Amino acid sequence: MAEIRLEGVTKAFDKVTAVDDVSLDIADGEFMVLLGPSGCGKTTLLRVLAGLEYPEGGRVRIGENDVTDLPPRKREIAMVFQSYAVFPHLKVFDNIAFGLRMRGLERQRIRERVERSAGMVELSDFLDRYPAQLSGGQRQRVAVARAIVVEPAVLLMDEPLSNLDALLRLTFRAELKKLVGELKTTTIYVTHDQVEALSLGDRIAVMNKGRIVQCDNPSRVYADPASQFVGAFIGNPPMNFLSGRVRRNGKGATVAIADHTVVVPAEVLPAGDGEVLVGIRAENIQAATEPFEDAVRASTQVVEPLGSHLLVTVSIGEQGLKVVTPADFPAHPNRDLWLRFDPAKLRLFPAGRPEDAVAAAS
Amino acid sequence: MAGAAVTRGRGGRLGWTPYLLLAPSLVFLAVFFATPMFQAFGLAFQAPGGGYGLDAVQRMFGDVRFGRALTTTLVLVVAIIPIQFALAMGMALVVNARLKGTDLWLYIFALPLGISELAAGIVWFSIFTEQGWLNSFLEQAGLIERPYVFLSYQHPALLILAIVLAEAWRATAIIMIILIAGLQGIPRDYTEAADVFGADAWRRLRYVTLPLLKPTIRVALILRTILAFQAFATVLALAGSATNVLAGEAYRWYQTLREPRVAAAYASLILLLSVASTVLFLALIRTDEERLA
Amino acid sequence: MSVVDQARAPGTGPSLNGQRTSAAAARRRRRVRRLTYVAAVLLSAWVLVPIYLITVTAFTPRRVSYQFPKPLVPTELSGETVSFFSHSAGVLPALGRSVLVAAITLGLSTLLGAPAGYALARHRFRGKEAYRLLILSTRAFPVVILSIPLAVNFITWGIYDTTISVALMHTALALPFTVLITSSVFVSVPRDLEEAAQTLGCTPMSAFVRVVLPLALPGLAAASIFTFVLSWNEVFAAVILTLRQRTLPALVLSTLSTSPLPFRFAGAFFLLAPSLVFIFVIRRYLLGLWGRVSR
Repeated sequence: MAEIRLEGVTKAFDKVTAVDDVSLDIADGEFMVLLGPSGCGKTTLLRVLAGLEYPEGGRVRIGENDVTDLPPRKREIAMVFQSYAVFPHLKVFDNIAFGLRMRGLERQRIRERVERSAGMVELSDFLDRYPAQLSGGQRQRVAVARAIVVEPAVLLMDEPLSNLDALLRLTFRAELKKLVGELKTTTIYVTHDQVEALSLGDRIAVMNKGRIVQCDNPSRVYADPASQFVGAFIGNPPMNFLSGRVRRNGKGATVAIADHTVVVPAEVLPAGDGEVLVGIRAENIQAATEPFEDAVRASTQVVEPLGSHLLVTVSIGEQGLKVVTPADFPAHPNRDLWLRFDPAKLRLFPAGRPEDAVAAAS
Repeated sequence: MAGAAVTRGRGGRLGWTPYLLLAPSLVFLAVFFATPMFQAFGLAFQAPGGGYGLDAVQRMFGDVRFGRALTTTLVLVVAIIPIQFALAMGMALVVNARLKGTDLWLYIFALPLGISELAAGIVWFSIFTEQGWLNSFLEQAGLIERPYVFLSYQHPALLILAIVLAEAWRATAIIMIILIAGLQGIPRDYTEAADVFGADAWRRLRYVTLPLLKPTIRVALILRTILAFQAFATVLALAGSATNVLAGEAYRWYQTLREPRVAAAYASLILLLSVASTVLFLALIRTDEERLA
Repeated sequence: MSVVDQARAPGTGPSLNGQRTSAAAARRRRRVRRLTYVAAVLLSAWVLVPIYLITVTAFTPRRVSYQFPKPLVPTELSGETVSFFSHSAGVLPALGRSVLVAAITLGLSTLLGAPAGYALARHRFRGKEAYRLLILSTRAFPVVILSIPLAVNFITWGIYDTTISVALMHTALALPFTVLITSSVFVSVPRDLEEAAQTLGCTPMSAFVRVVLPLALPGLAAASIFTFVLSWNEVFAAVILTLRQRTLPALVLSTLSTSPLPFRFAGAFFLLAPSLVFIFVIRRYLLGLWGRVSR
C-alpha cells in the first residue's frame, strides 16, 4: 500500500502528445478512477505508472521511491489488462502463481496464497483448467486473482470490465468493489464508462486530450462539473446545456434563456456578463402539464418510457433538452410542458469553450 | 496504440535494442547477399587482364548456344505461367470451397511444395523417357506399338512441353498457396451479395473474385516469373544436352568451361530479365488504388 | 490456427427470387458442388500419379527401370533399386552432408533471423519499413547471381567445397524467410502477455522465454521445417559450391549424364520422400507461412 505522486508527466508518440504535463496525487488506499473518452490519454498514463511506457518528462513516485527509471518488475505493482492477458499455455493455478514464482516464494506458501486468492474470486474449482476452457468472465477473474495474489503496493486496472457483456459487467462491478474494499490496496482504474467511474471511485480524474480536467469525488464531479465537457460526459442522460445571456442587477443576476428569465444564485455565476451555457441535469427539472410559477414553456418531441421513468425530449424554441419524469407522468409528443429548473442545481459555463474549466481542478 | 516495447536506459528512450537485434542479420546479408550481387556485375564486366571490359559479355552473346538458351528460357516462362495459373486457380478454388475433406485436398495439392526441381525433373523424365510410363501406358492402351521418343532435340516442341509440365507440376503448389491466402482475404460479403443479386458461380468468379484478387495475382505472377527465369535442374534432368536455358549455361560456363566471368554475365542477364519482368507486371497490372491515385 | 477459414461453399447464399426459382438454384448449387468434387479428384490425380510412379520405380527391381512397357501396377516389389542407389559411391556421405547442411542452415538462420523477427514484431524504430522492404526484395534475387561470385569468394577464403560453404549460402537464401515468418509468429503472440509477465516480475528476456517462446513454438517449428526443406532441395548453389563434398541433389545432378536410370530414379525418390513427410507435418501452417511472409 502506498501513495502515488505523478509530477508533470508527459508522454508523446511520434507527433501525438498522449499525456500532457499531468500531475496527480493519489492517497494510500485510495481507489482512483481515470475516466475519459478514447484517446484521452488515460491508458497511457496508467502504462507510464506501470513502467510499460517511459515518459518524455515528469516523475513518478510510489511511496517513498522515485520509480520513473525503474522497469515494471521493480515497482511493486500488479496490473489487470483489458484483454486479461492470461497466459494460454499455463493452467489457472500456474497463471495465478506466476508472480509469486518470480519472487521465489516456496511451494507451500505459493499454494496457500493462490488458493486464497482463487477463493476470493470464486475460481477455486477451476485451478486445474487451461484458460481456453474458461469463459471470458472466468478468465477475467484469473487476471484479477493473479494481480491480487502478489499483494502489490499499487493495483492497476485497464478497463477490466469492458469486454464483458452488460449483465456480467454489473455483477462484476459490485464484486470488484467489494474485493478491493477488503484489500484496501491503492488502486488506479481506467475506464471510459462513467457509470463504472461513479460507482467504484473514491475520486474520479476526468481526462480529455491528455490533461486532467477535473479530479474530485463522484458526487462533486456529477453535481459540479468543472467544464461543459465534464458535464456532458458524466451522467446518463448527459447534462443539458442551454444558451443564455447573463444580466446583472443590484441583488444578483438573471439568465435569459430564449424568452424566459431564470434567477440565478450568486454562487454559480461566472465573472462578467454575456453569453453563457446553462447546465442543468434532467432529473433536476420539474415538469408539469399546466403552467406554474417560474416555469418555461417547452414542446414535447419524443417520449421514451424506460420502465422506471420517462425520458422526455423537449425543445424550448430552437434548443433541445431532456427531462426525467416519473413513469406515470402524462407526457405526449407535441403536447406542451412547463418546466422549472432547480436554481440550486444550475451550473453556468462559458459559451463556446467546452473544455475550459470554470474553476481549477481540485 | 501503445508504442515501442520498453527499451530501458537512462535517457536512451529509443534504445539500441532493436538495432542490436537486427544487426546480425544485416551483417550476414551484407556479406553473403549484397556483396556477391555487386561482385557478379563486377565479374561480368571484368577484362581478362584486369580492369573492365566487355569481353565476358561479348563471349556470352557470341556463343552459339546463347540464342537457343535465351529463346528456350523465354518460351518456358511464357508457357509455364498460364498453365500454372489455371491449375493453381483451380486448386485454390477447390480448397476455398470448403468441401468435405478439404484438409486432404490441401495436403495433396501442397505435396509438390517439398519437391525439388531436380526430383521433379527426374520424375517427369521417368514418364516421358523412351521406356517411360507414358509410352508404357500408350502401348498398353493399344495406341502405339513402338515407344515414341519424346525427349530428343529433334522434337523441341515436345521437349518444351515436357519441361513445362514438370515445372507446372512442381511449382503449382506455391502459386496455389498464394492464391488461397488472397482468396481468404476477400470478405464473403462480396460474393454473397453477388449471389443475392443473381450471379451464378461462374459470373461471381469472373466479376467479383478475380478482380478483387488482382493484387495477389500480380504478386504471384512476379514471383513465378522470377523463379521461371532460374529454371535449371528440371531442364537438365529432362533434356540433358538436347536443349539449354540461361541458368544451365551459367552452370556450364562455370563448371565445365571454368569461366566464372562468363557465368557471371549469364547470371547478370537473368537478374536483368527478372527485374524487367517485375517492372512490366507492376506497370501492366495496376490495382484500383494505384489507378485512382 | 485453422487451415481454411469457416466459409460457406459458393452457391449457398440466400436468394431474392423466392420459392419458384429456389429449386433451380438448389440444382445449380448441387451441380457446382459436384463439378468441384470432380475437379478436386482430377487435380489430385495430377499431383499423385507421378509420385506414385516414381515410388513404384524405386521399389521394383532394377531391370524394370529399363523395361518397356512397364506395368502400371507393379508385379513384383523389391528393395534392389533403393539399395543399389544407397550403396553407390558417395551416396550415403552425400545424404549425410545434405542433412548436415540443412541442420546448420536451420540453426544459423534461426539464430540470425529470429532476433530480427522479434525486433520487427515488437519494436518501433526508424528504418523499420526500410529493413522490411529490403528483406522482401531479397526474394527477387536469383540464386544464380549469388552462387557464382560466392564460389569465387569461397575459393579465396579457403572454404570452397565444404559443407559450411553450402550452409552459408543456404542461410543467405533462407534468412529473409526466417525473418519474416518469425516476425509474424511473434506478432501473433499478444504483446499484453509479455507486459503482464513484466509486471509480475520478469525481465524482458525472461518474459520472452517463459511466455512468448512456448506460444511461438509451433509457428517457429513450422518455419524451421520449411527452412530445412528449402536447404534439402536446393541444387544450383550446392552444385556450384561443391566439387567432392557434394550434397545429395548436387551428386545426383552432376552425375545425370552418366548415371544409370535406376540410380536417377532412386535418387529422385530419396530427394522426394522426406519432403512428403515434412509437408504433412506442417500442413496446418502452410497458409499461415505465406500469409505471414507476404505482409
